[in-house]
Amino acid sequence: MSVLTTKGATMRFGGVVAVDDLNIEVERGEIVALIGPNGAGKTTAFNMITGVYTPTEGDVLFNKDGGKDMRTITGKRPDLITKMGIARTFQNIRLFGEMTVLDNVMIAQHLHIKSGLFGAVIGWPRYYKEERRMKDGALALLERVGLLEEAYELSTSLPYGKQRRLEIARALATEPSLLLLDEPAAGMNPTETLELTEFVRQIRDEFDLTVLLIEHHMQIVMDISDRIYVLDFGKTIARGTPEEIQNNERVIEAYLGVADVD
Amino acid sequence: MSAITSDMLLQSLANAITLGSLYALVAIGYTMVYGILRLINFAHGEIFMMSMYFAFYFVTAAMLPWYLAFLFAIACTGILGIIIERAAYRPLREAPRISLLISSIGVSYLLQNLAVVLFSGIQKQFPPVAMFQDVITIANVRIQKLSIYVPLITAVLVIVLLYLVNKTKIGMAMRASSKDFETSRLMGINVNRVIAVTFCIGSVLAAVGAIMWGLKYPKIEPYVGTLPGLKCFIAAVIGGIGNIKGAVIGALLLGFIEIFIVLFFPALSGYKDAFAFVALIVILLVRPSGLVGEKIANKV
Amino acid sequence: MSKESKSPYLPATTQKHKGLSRTLSIVVLAAFAVFLYMANSGKILGSYELRIIRLCGVYAIAALSMNLVNGFTGQFSLGQAGFMAIGAYVTSLFIIPTAQKTAMYYVEPIAPWVESLQAPFIVALIIGGLVAALAAFLIGFPVLRLRGDYLAIATLGFSEIIRIFITNMIPITNGSLGLKNIPDTANVWWTTIAVAIVVIFMLRLMKTSYGRSFKAIRDDDVAAEAMGISLFRHKMLSFVIGGFLAGISGGLLASVVGAITPIYFRFTLAYEILLIVVLGGQGSITGSVVGACILTVAREWLRFMDNGFSIGPLTVPPIAGMRMLVFSILLMIIILFYRRGLFGSNEFSWAGLLRVIKSIPQGIKRLFTRKAKAEGGGS
Repeated sequence: MSVLTTKGATMRFGGVVAVDDLNIEVERGEIVALIGPNGAGKTTAFNMITGVYTPTEGDVLFNKDGGKDMRTITGKRPDLITKMGIARTFQNIRLFGEMTVLDNVMIAQHLHIKSGLFGAVIGWPRYYKEERRMKDGALALLERVGLLEEAYELSTSLPYGKQRRLEIARALATEPSLLLLDEPAAGMNPTETLELTEFVRQIRDEFDLTVLLIEHHMQIVMDISDRIYVLDFGKTIARGTPEEIQNNERVIEAYLGVADVD
Repeated sequence: MSAITSDMLLQSLANAITLGSLYALVAIGYTMVYGILRLINFAHGEIFMMSMYFAFYFVTAAMLPWYLAFLFAIACTGILGIIIERAAYRPLREAPRISLLISSIGVSYLLQNLAVVLFSGIQKQFPPVAMFQDVITIANVRIQKLSIYVPLITAVLVIVLLYLVNKTKIGMAMRASSKDFETSRLMGINVNRVIAVTFCIGSVLAAVGAIMWGLKYPKIEPYVGTLPGLKCFIAAVIGGIGNIKGAVIGALLLGFIEIFIVLFFPALSGYKDAFAFVALIVILLVRPSGLVGEKIANKV
Repeated sequence: MSKESKSPYLPATTQKHKGLSRTLSIVVLAAFAVFLYMANSGKILGSYELRIIRLCGVYAIAALSMNLVNGFTGQFSLGQAGFMAIGAYVTSLFIIPTAQKTAMYYVEPIAPWVESLQAPFIVALIIGGLVAALAAFLIGFPVLRLRGDYLAIATLGFSEIIRIFITNMIPITNGSLGLKNIPDTANVWWTTIAVAIVVIFMLRLMKTSYGRSFKAIRDDDVAAEAMGISLFRHKMLSFVIGGFLAGISGGLLASVVGAITPIYFRFTLAYEILLIVVLGGQGSITGSVVGACILTVAREWLRFMDNGFSIGPLTVPPIAGMRMLVFSILLMIIILFYRRGLFGSNEFSWAGLLRVIKSIPQGIKRLFTRKAKAEGGGS
């Protein structure tokens, strides 16, 4: 019952192979982590899955409900992939800076809108209803992630930890079945970091999600993940449960081999 | 379509090379500035226009012999380039790139209006120089001597420039700065000075181009630089922006396109100025990095 | 103004003053309408002044059109002059009386189908806008894939291509001679009501989900796309609406100025509109309107400079073009030192105006203390 499968997905930039023959499989309801030293190709893998890059070789397959008949999403446009049910956050937080917290979340609901532009401008009852529903939905999501009080503040005025949570709320607003989190703990303070594990589990259950995440914070990774894939220089060097990964010699080597593990 | 004789072909070939060489000198200025600041310097066409006026006044008002007049005009244009950079671009070094673009449009507008005040909007005649404008006949083709000098001068200047950029210290500093300001600063490069030098070189080349342009097309008015300016930017894009050789190749190609399409399809001569823009759009869609440019992936 | 009102929503306080603000706005607008009524009947202003007010409206719509694409959607496009040209020509061909058209085309005879075009002004105006929108749609396909300065140069290029076509399609456009005797239908009411409709349309649009999506693309196109917004579709929407509005503004322009030639729609027109947008603030609807009025009036007001003037003992002789030079220097100052323009990306509000007025004394004080510091510190 896999939701996401990559088959030999490879990404080359000129002569550099950023991701080499990536084969991951994410089952429905799982939390799977993608780890590895800096420059291992984790974010590139995310970009291949979400359509930002088209893999040079290989395939990305997806099924919203985790069925047998998986559809290829290789090279599809990012917005279409999001519409199919994959949402993401960004490593270097990409909020819409000149807009409020609430607007940031409401934008992510635009893909569900049925009214046309002129209907919206004129204020057709249908659009009115849709706008109402978007606003209520967004406020509910903000309440869920604890940002309701800041709903009318400028998104970039929030502290770092809250910006990360806003990014997650925004991703949830697209109503995904697979959520990709790119370093959700980066920049969070220790308390927030501790809360994150619980938070991710909760939203997974509440929103019936499957989660694929990139994280450097080892404690979180080990606590949260059902399974882990380890990348190094674009190659998958290990896969398995947290216990298996902790005892894997190649993983330890890869991490000790580089000086700047954070 | 009327029959095209081989003489006409040769004649057009000479015209295309001359026009392409003129474009090349101006295109290099665009490509160098873009390489270092990532800026389409919309004011470059107006720098071109100003240097035509400088040359005009050094000849007609200061009564200098043409070589001195042209030399002074070139020097003044170089200084003008530095002043523009200092006044309109340096204050925006940390600003978003679009602000820089807007500023260059503002400078372009300012220089046009300045030219109207200083030189009046009435069209002037670029002073003739017999040495360049005499017509000679080679194998049935009657050409101005200019058509021989222009490609030669351009070739020499391009070779000197390539030597400057690739072999000298300032050239190395330019190449380093075009990659990354911060790192270059850390390595002890005075980035502001490098940028000033880049503008100066670009303006000097534009001045040489403008003077030869004036000898070939001797009408000067305050808007004379805009269209050649845009076309030369297009030439730089066709070649691959940021690349000097690319600018020369793109400029020659554009010269050929303009001359030969009109030769083969005389009905299109009224649309001559549109060719460059069509070429631009085609190249941006087919090969946005230009003929010799490298592909750049945008980072997410 | 731009700095103080960082947060566009100030829940508690603005709610309280909302009623007052609205009343104030209605009073001012009503006063303006009465003023226009009196002015139009020739009681206060002469035709010269009325023409300036009409031009303000024309430029305001052009600026709003560019602001929609550049300021709100973040796609730096410079094609407005071309779309205005289309709007101007199409509208004019529909409203110039047939007999006058026939007489005008003496280089090449007029194409019969062009000769027979006739429509009431409002219809002609809308057809002009629609043709411009169609042009924007066709141009949008190739160019909207480009970004930043490449988009700028490509749209400028297309604008120039449009102009070259107009110059060469002599049986339709009368070539470089242009069109004249365009009926003077667009009086102050026409232009002012057109501006009002466009402003209301824009204000409403920006509050809808589509407007938010435009702004999202401006703020971060990668993130917008990841949130399921089709970049191409939304850029195209913005571009086509922008083209339509530019066409309308061109049609009005033709009727206000009475005669048009292709030269009128050169790059410089696009630059001028851009400068209005920058002055008013990119992403500010009211800013574009105010910017258009300031620039149009200032350009006329500066006319005295062309006739020579004296500042104290200094006497400047009459020099043609002096006012445009001063004008462009002022613009450069704005570009360099007030990059966000008058309004930044905010809208005009009475509260904002009050804040600005209140902050003036402090600003002056700060100016002096800074000067004192600079003199003392020497840096």
